Amino acid sequence: MFVSYKWLAQYVDLAGQSPQELAEKITRAGIEVEGVEIPASEMKNIVVGYVKTREQHPNADKLSKCLVDVGEEEPVQIICGAKNVDAGQYVAVAKTGAVLPGNFKIKRAKLRGEESNGMICSLSELGIESRLTPKEYAEGIFNFPNDVTPGEDALAALNRDDAILELSLTPNRSDALSMMGVAYEVAAILDRDVNLPAPNPAESDEKASDAIHIHIDAPKDNPIYIARVVKNIKMGPSPIWMQTYLMNAGVRPHNNVVDITNYVLMEYGQPLHAFDLDRLGSNEIVVRRAVEGEKLITLDDTERILSADQLVITNGKEPVALAGVMGGANSEVHDGTVNVLIESAYFDGQIVRAASKAHGLRSEASARFEKGVDPARIQAACDRAAELMVELASGTVLSGSVVAGELAIEPKRVSITLEKLNMRLGTDLQMGDVEDIFRRLQFETETKDNEITVTVPTRRADIMIPEDLTEEVARLYGYDHIPLTLPEGATQPGSLTSYQLGRRVVRRYLEGTGFNQAMTYSLTSAKRASEFALEHRAPVALSMPMSEERAYLRQSLIPHLIEAAAYNNARQMPSVALYETGSIYLNEGENVQPKEEERLAGIITGMWHEHLWQGEKKAVDFFTVKGIVEGLAAQIGLAERMTFQKAAPAGFHPGRTAEVLLDSESIGFVGQLHPTISKEMDIKEAYLFELKLDVLLNASREDLAYMAISRHPFISRDIALVVDSTVEAAALEAVIKQAGGALLTGVRVFDVYEGERMEEGKKSVAFALTYADPEKTLTDEEVTAVHEKVLAALKEQAGADLRA
Amino acid sequence: MEQQLKELQNQALEQIAAAANLKELNDVRVAYLGKKGPVTEVLKGMGKLSAEERPKMGALVNVVRETISESIEEKQELLEAAAIEQKLAQESIDVTLPGRPVKQGGHHPLTRVAEEIEDLFIGMGYTVAEGPEVEQDFYNFEALNLPKDHPARDMQDTFYITPELLMRTHTSPVQVRTMQKHEGRGPVKIICPGKVYRRDSDDATHSHQFAQIEGLVVGENIRMSDLKGTLDMFAKKMFGEDREIRLRPSFFPFTEPSVEVDVSCMCGGKGCSICKGTGWIEVLGAGMVHPNVLEMAGFDSNKYTGFAFGMGQERIAMLKYGIDDIRHFYTNDLRFLKQFSVHE
Repeated sequence: MFVSYKWLAQYVDLAGQSPQELAEKITRAGIEVEGVEIPASEMKNIVVGYVKTREQHPNADKLSKCLVDVGEEEPVQIICGAKNVDAGQYVAVAKTGAVLPGNFKIKRAKLRGEESNGMICSLSELGIESRLTPKEYAEGIFNFPNDVTPGEDALAALNRDDAILELSLTPNRSDALSMMGVAYEVAAILDRDVNLPAPNPAESDEKASDAIHIHIDAPKDNPIYIARVVKNIKMGPSPIWMQTYLMNAGVRPHNNVVDITNYVLMEYGQPLHAFDLDRLGSNEIVVRRAVEGEKLITLDDTERILSADQLVITNGKEPVALAGVMGGANSEVHDGTVNVLIESAYFDGQIVRAASKAHGLRSEASARFEKGVDPARIQAACDRAAELMVELASGTVLSGSVVAGELAIEPKRVSITLEKLNMRLGTDLQMGDVEDIFRRLQFETETKDNEITVTVPTRRADIMIPEDLTEEVARLYGYDHIPLTLPEGATQPGSLTSYQLGRRVVRRYLEGTGFNQAMTYSLTSAKRASEFALEHRAPVALSMPMSEERAYLRQSLIPHLIEAAAYNNARQMPSVALYETGSIYLNEGENVQPKEEERLAGIITGMWHEHLWQGEKKAVDFFTVKGIVEGLAAQIGLAERMTFQKAAPAGFHPGRTAEVLLDSESIGFVGQLHPTISKEMDIKEAYLFELKLDVLLNASREDLAYMAISRHPFISRDIALVVDSTVEAAALEAVIKQAGGALLTGVRVFDVYEGERMEEGKKSVAFALTYADPEKTLTDEEVTAVHEKVLAALKEQAGADLRA
Repeated sequence: MEQQLKELQNQALEQIAAAANLKELNDVRVAYLGKKGPVTEVLKGMGKLSAEERPKMGALVNVVRETISESIEEKQELLEAAAIEQKLAQESIDVTLPGRPVKQGGHHPLTRVAEEIEDLFIGMGYTVAEGPEVEQDFYNFEALNLPKDHPARDMQDTFYITPELLMRTHTSPVQVRTMQKHEGRGPVKIICPGKVYRRDSDDATHSHQFAQIEGLVVGENIRMSDLKGTLDMFAKKMFGEDREIRLRPSFFPFTEPSVEVDVSCMCGGKGCSICKGTGWIEVLGAGMVHPNVLEMAGFDSNKYTGFAFGMGQERIAMLKYGIDDIRHFYTNDLRFLKQFSVHE
């Protein structure tokens, strides 16, 4: 909503309030003023000129040579390129030394050999957007329609010296979608009076009800329809003050009749429509739902195909307007219009909203109907328009209004006790303070036993419950005056849940190993949505995505991490280690909330360790990333329960990938990104992991308990085993642990060899075993007894021989 | 004989002083104190002495032996120290060469901000509540006083999955779910961080995915002044003790009254590009929980009142660290991320 300071000053005394001060006060009271624009501030030296003579430029077909009276002793010669310039016109002249928007300076010049002392301006050269300039002047210079004096300030005459306040309205404050609404607000803020028009058009003896009949077929959609008839109109431009106020409000001037309806729309917030009564095609108005497929050509010359959930104004036979949205071309007011019907009605917000959405037509009118107009202003706005048509279009108003339907004007009554009000705000207001605030708002009040009952005018439909009264009091009393306190009452200590704490531990652990935390999008493409999914389900799809790239919900964190690694690789960062924690979404069927699981994933590529001047370089490999996962398990107390088994899931290197199990539950994978994908994505050898973080963090853990440090030494025995190449180290370790029993306290692989010194199909795996007893020092015999058992078990269960 | 011993001692001490290294010193030791050495020779001649002279002479020999021996030991320590010094001098390295790197990653800046805010409110007795990102229309809108066809739904363009399921547009549904769990009994004191989604085209100031953090307190006699005091504390802890807050009336369907909260700018009100010359920066939205929201979540709005506030994590991070483009948060450029590995 654009509010003209000059226009506003007609309703409220703004003396002593600069536009900027006023804007700040309005903002602090609840309606944000996004900006204050004074168009004239970037222009100077622009005056009204009178074109005394115009002749063809001797050397240029498209230029005119004009003598212009700019209020000085001698007229000045100006060369003008506009087609519509002519003698006898009052125009805006930027004199030599003038400045136009964009710091465009006007200098004396010679154009094709003829001197030019200034420039005759178009409205857009004076900073008015071309969509707002009257159509007749859109292509050329502007002519003042009524008397002005050469030499006077053209910017003032065009109200370019006005200040325009841009109000950003929240949906509840549609009352401020009118100058009158803003006037009430400003009057309350400044504690001043509101002076509003009291229209009372002079009427002829002829009765309006003889000229037109109105019937409402859809009273729910259109509870009330008021019409006035104005005859013998003299069509023409509206006065300059009205045109400039409209342009400052963001509305394009057309002609006096249309401008009046728009002016009253801006003034009252009540949309009006003017029909050419003689083109209506009948003497009746019937409001009804459209018939499916019915057609209407609207004012913008577009054919609209209507549907049964849209409301139309008809002449009893065919539609003449799409109710509340736009009039029809067939009954439009035009240059030759003589008699006019003014429509002022209440159309249901939802039906207008649906129609405006269906046809992609949002207008000043539809915006107001959607929010609900003030029932108390429907008649007054109609009267105001009729009055202005007498004044500005020499019309004759027929006697009375034709009213169909009814709409009660019922102000709401809302009560609140002083105690409750102070309790809600934390204030210590007296009843007098509260009463005074409502007096400023022009709300009637009644006070009884510390309870105030407020009669809320219909213009403030947003006030319905006691809390709304609290807000009115708070905003006008001023939030700055509310004290600073903290909630009272018993406080409990706050804390993270063990799950949330665990998540922080996991993050810190990974960061300690060199990973940076990444954040990627949850929405992805159809292709990415299924890649690396631990379960095979159809991905959840958005019903109306903005792009194919962001159309599905991810089922794995890995695809976007690969993209992030590729992004960094492509920017001279060959070593990348990124992890992410976040949700993935599993389809649970139509209209069922997807299952969200929290995952932990990582990608690592490039160098694991690099210390150049000492010649140390170690690239990441499978065991780097496996070690990280094992370390993570140890960090959260699950090392003993996590195992790895060979696996070949899609997207991973089939020979270098393990499935990760917690107890016997599969919780993810760790492995090398499939080299084909690496190549496709243009990244180096990369290793990945994705784990079910929720399973890890929800796994029950034993409470930490100290175990005494043994005072007795341990005994080491190293063994090198020869086994078939296919035997996995984990299998050997399992045999050793089982056979070793309680005395075996440690098993570590310290060497693996496969090669020319080994028999074909065999490999050597060497383990370091440690034996200890917390109670005593073991003897060599005791150790040997157990160790023999271990060797026997290895031979029997894994076919393992000691290496010679 | 006495004379002979004195000369021996002097000779030995001279040679000890002259010894340049441990080997020469050892030669001196063998020469004077060894079995064939001169001192031993003198002792052999003692048999010729009288019984009175013998103990006197014996004592003297011992003194000479000890003197030489002590001197050798002293010299030996000196020589050993010098030898170690020489060895260490050879082992000297250039300590200005770079050390073996230990890799250290770091939090994403949004996690940094979220954890800082979480910890700040945990200190004030709040717990951290989380909830699903794919929500039912009811929790995201209806229970928050936003019935279907409410004009304010235009304010948040939503990614729908079906007419009843959507990507949550704010973390407020977590507040509703938490209140429901309390079954009408207060107090509720939570902070809700999380990802949210809106139908926006990604550019420098918009992102279709972003992160919010919201707070909710419901109890008996919760006042607007409590909200103001809480947010004042938040602003001071988050942005600096000299910061102040300012409340401006606003509108949200789920709170009444509703306010926008500005924090005073670090320029101290002089006006800068961040506050656009106003001295204030818009940081969050807040208000008193709308009675309809309390009632729908099972709370008696005559007995209970509450306040809620919400902010964008990106906005806080951008203000705190001076980040100029919201897309940085989701590009995962290591040159960006690594800047946040430092502990402040």
